[in-house]
Amino acid sequence: MSDYQLLIIGGGPAGLTAGIYATRARLNTLLLEKIVPGGQIASSEWVENYPGFPDGISGFDLGELMKDQAIKHGLEIKMAEAVGIELVNGAKVVKTAEGSYTADAVIIAGGSEHARLGVPGEEELLGRGLSFCATCDGPFFRDREVAVIGGGNIAITDALFLTRFASKVYVIHRRDQLRADRIMQERAFKNNKTEFIWDTVLDAIEGPDSVNSLHLHNVKTGKKSILKISGVFMAVGTRPNTEYLSGIIKLGQGGTVPVNSQMETEIPGIFAAGDIREGSIRQVVAAAGDGAIAAMAAEKYIG
Amino acid sequence: MSNTIEVNDSNFKRIVEDSPRPVLVDLWAPWCAPCIKVGPIVEELAREYDGRADFVKVNVDESPRVASAYGVQSIPTLLFFKGGKPMSQIVGLRAKEELKKNLDNLMG
Repeated sequence: MSDYQLLIIGGGPAGLTAGIYATRARLNTLLLEKIVPGGQIASSEWVENYPGFPDGISGFDLGELMKDQAIKHGLEIKMAEAVGIELVNGAKVVKTAEGSYTADAVIIAGGSEHARLGVPGEEELLGRGLSFCATCDGPFFRDREVAVIGGGNIAITDALFLTRFASKVYVIHRRDQLRADRIMQERAFKNNKTEFIWDTVLDAIEGPDSVNSLHLHNVKTGKKSILKISGVFMAVGTRPNTEYLSGIIKLGQGGTVPVNSQMETEIPGIFAAGDIREGSIRQVVAAAGDGAIAAMAAEKYIG
Repeated sequence: MSNTIEVNDSNFKRIVEDSPRPVLVDLWAPWCAPCIKVGPIVEELAREYDGRADFVKVNVDESPRVASAYGVQSIPTLLFFKGGKPMSQIVGLRAKEELKKNLDNLMG
């Protein structure tokens, strides 16, 4: 007999929503979280597109509320990082550094982390002018010039947040238009502290002790340039936390987990939800929706 | 009761740099969501390593000199001091296990 009927890997919006549905379905459920529950959204200063909050809500508060709601319904949460899954006579064995747990079904909802470009200086200057968290580090750059790399919602939200502190915010994007929501684009174009550098990619970040300049090149003209700045904020997308699954599930595009409309993977009883699954639009509301679907499908599977 | 001490620009040298024991310094600020999440993890470590290492917190908003002295421009940052010198640095929210490995290495 398994330790749990359902095991959820990951405590972001997908995993916590799955937890709410599973506990309400009276499934004996354990959620494993490798750091602390809440998910990536915790670093978002303000979430304006999650329904039910007409004035928006801080990402931190939204994550905390989801966690509180799951715990209120009886979800058990353990801090442990899943490092592997094995199948033993139909049961799923999820391995962590602190031991293994068996379950009848598993929902993989481990989300994603910041993608890195792999350019020179990126590792060395992390925490020394290079940041992945504008809401954490923006105030360090009061009255200084900074750059944001990227053109999606996170990049533009970060750029707008940084205009409160920095004297100038360059947005460096590899294309000639942004991917961010139109409303965010309008705000960014209207702001007089932002300057857009289009069709341009980052080749290197120069120190030596802290970020001093960016080496750039224009992808259309091939022209190289150097931009002097004090801080650089990376918002170049995410990569799914699926390395440990490569031996058990065939991964899809960009290392995501392929699923059908019921969030079922190719292995019966293993589901995936949220940013980690192939085709995700990587929005909180979609992750929550995935979590609900996966939990209901898991309930049906467990029977 | 808290096992971590709040340290500032003026007593940092006495409590951290002059300490005979290893010290984990948690640089944080109230506006930083991941910092708020690091807090309880550091608190747990302080209990587990009680008597073997000291655990202090520096609010970079109130005490900016510590951060600038050690070139810290991202929070949360954890600095592991031994013999008055920072021996390792961890930037960002990390799992407790990873922090324990760093501490164990430091105590060797």
